[in-house]
Amino acid sequence: MLELLYLIPVFPLLGVLLNTFALRGQSEKVVGGVASLMVAASFIVALGGFFELLGMPADSRHFELDLFRWIIVGDFAAQAGFLADPLSMVMMLIVTGVSALIHIYSIGYMHGDEGFRKFFIYLNLFVFFMLLLVMGNNYLVMFVGWEGVGLCSYLLIGFWYTDELKASAGKKAFIMNRIGDFGFLLAIFLIWTTFGTINFAEIEPMAQAYPVGAGVITAICLLLFTGATGKSAQLPLYTWLPDAMAGPTPVSALIHAATMVTAGVYMIVRSNFLFSLSPDAMLVVAWVGGLTALFAATIGLVQTDIKKVLAYSTVSQLGFMFLACGVGAYTAAIFHLMTHAFFKGLLFLGSGSVIHGMSNEQDIRVMGGLKSKMPTTYWTFLIGTLAIAGIPGLAGFFSKDEILWKTYESHHVILWGIGITAAFCTAFYMFRLLFLTFFGKFRGSKAQEHHVHESPKLMTVPLIILAVLSAIGGYVGVPHALGGHNYFHDWLLPVLSSHGVTHGGEHHGVPTAEYVLMAVSVLVAVIGIMLARSWYLGKSSTVESLGKSGMRNLLYNKYWVDQIYDTVISQPLVKVSEIFAKYVDQGTVDGAVNGVGTTVVSFGGLVRKIQTGVTQNYAVMMGMGTVVLLGMLIWSVLG
Amino acid sequence: MQVELAHYLLLGAVLFGIGAMGVLTRKNLIIILMSVELMLNSVNLSFIALARHAADQEAQVIVFFVLCVAAAEVAVGLAILISVWRKRGSMNVDAMSALKG
Repeated sequence: MLELLYLIPVFPLLGVLLNTFALRGQSEKVVGGVASLMVAASFIVALGGFFELLGMPADSRHFELDLFRWIIVGDFAAQAGFLADPLSMVMMLIVTGVSALIHIYSIGYMHGDEGFRKFFIYLNLFVFFMLLLVMGNNYLVMFVGWEGVGLCSYLLIGFWYTDELKASAGKKAFIMNRIGDFGFLLAIFLIWTTFGTINFAEIEPMAQAYPVGAGVITAICLLLFTGATGKSAQLPLYTWLPDAMAGPTPVSALIHAATMVTAGVYMIVRSNFLFSLSPDAMLVVAWVGGLTALFAATIGLVQTDIKKVLAYSTVSQLGFMFLACGVGAYTAAIFHLMTHAFFKGLLFLGSGSVIHGMSNEQDIRVMGGLKSKMPTTYWTFLIGTLAIAGIPGLAGFFSKDEILWKTYESHHVILWGIGITAAFCTAFYMFRLLFLTFFGKFRGSKAQEHHVHESPKLMTVPLIILAVLSAIGGYVGVPHALGGHNYFHDWLLPVLSSHGVTHGGEHHGVPTAEYVLMAVSVLVAVIGIMLARSWYLGKSSTVESLGKSGMRNLLYNKYWVDQIYDTVISQPLVKVSEIFAKYVDQGTVDGAVNGVGTTVVSFGGLVRKIQTGVTQNYAVMMGMGTVVLLGMLIWSVLG
Repeated sequence: MQVELAHYLLLGAVLFGIGAMGVLTRKNLIIILMSVELMLNSVNLSFIALARHAADQEAQVIVFFVLCVAAAEVAVGLAILISVWRKRGSMNVDAMSALKG
């Protein structure tokens, strides 16, 4: 099955080609069906590959498929090749699996949209590039996928491009990502000049020759991380992600859950053999991740747009993943990435279902009481909310708790405090969202109330599947302290370099500390939920409690970061551009070009005066010419 | 007073000057054409005077050539003049500057 690895990205690409050229004018069912089928086919191939890997001995789970020699310039040689190892396999399964569900859901959600076929072409293309990103066996193939998902995010976020606001959200996502990509590109250059190769498997043994803390390795890591902050929406390049909510909801789900934003985390974990050599870089990663987790979570507390709350929640959860990377708990990061893909995909699709039922209303202030009207959506949403809040037994608990535990264990107590505060905020804002949306009285218009209905099967079935995964997905990584076995950790272990990896709890005698921390995080989650309950579910629950004042105003306006960026970066850039446009471009460049033209024209004008068309003028000149010639002749004879 | 070569040449020069002035200053195409004829004949006069003076017949042969060419030129020139007249309704050369740059 692993020899057929190339089929995994080929199927979605085939979907793109089929829908672009062959299925013009076909019905929605055919178009959406083909697109979904292609991704599902990739999932099946990936599943086959997974079981084959599983059957191998743990140390030899590494399969590279060289496709062709791609770029050969001077000393530089890049192969186009794919890599299947435990890490990329997990990613392939998440990407294809969750994407397939989102595709199926989209058939229902996008029903009747005029760009229906276009939507599925973009969606397939998105999955194709994401698969390149996770499957590439070197940094360059990864970069192609990296750029590809950036392009597709632009196309999809600005999908309803006739709306200025949505189009510019797409642009923002693209440009923000480009800033990060620049760092990634520099990192690749530096890797090439340092190691002479860009293949992961070839770099790893070479990197071991460097001492811990080597300057060049730190530089590479920091540049790579710059790329990751862009793609995964970390401080300070996170502002595109909440704006990306302008796109259709399945797109939000795709970007947030299965693709794109997880790329940064994947890249860091893939480069763990470099990061583990640079404690400084790891410290930066941990702090940026931790601060992002808290920062975004506080903004999420007061947002009123159902999708914006989820968007900030994603930024926050990604912060957790980077925190895990930063403290060396790579498996925890990927574990959380996976469980997050399940419940965040579920939550986004659930919010899409709500928006669908509410006739495109996204403001939670006018929702309420949807519990009885949309039961399937409610129950699945509830499971997702419980999972993300960190309630024991559900997927999010295991992964988030592992991150917090590993943070504490690696003596980053302040970061642990930040993390646990963020976790508290998460529980609070998620339940605030749940209570305001599904409980209490309906606060919207009569027309909306009349229209509210449960979504069609095409949409609810993916919700149910994701809800099941959100509920049980965590059991592959039950911590030893709870008497389980962390299969997930064992599975990923061969990928991780021996340096700096903190091993599981089995080395500790009695894991008292782990129990205490676990209890604390559960307690914190429960307090968050109870607080949300008393604020938004009591008699005073309603719109008033959503008003703005002081601190809330600051949070509501997202710490004014967008405005600060606008004033400090965008506006000066615009000003400088205007100066350059006026003096350099229009003045110098245009001036030079037009000057040449004008000079030639004016010389032509001078010569043109001779061409009067009047015969007599010609005769005069002829006469004068003759006189001059004669004069010269005589002069020469006499002289 | 003995009429000498110089007198012929002087007359030729004066006639040529009158013709040249006519070509340069007059606006009517027919007059210009006539002026050209005058210039040609002044040159012919000089040729013949010089031929007599040098007792050589070659110049007289050239005069015949000039006369022939002038006759042909008049035939063609008049034809052109007539079509210009029909086309433009004017003989003014200033009005015919359609080829100016």
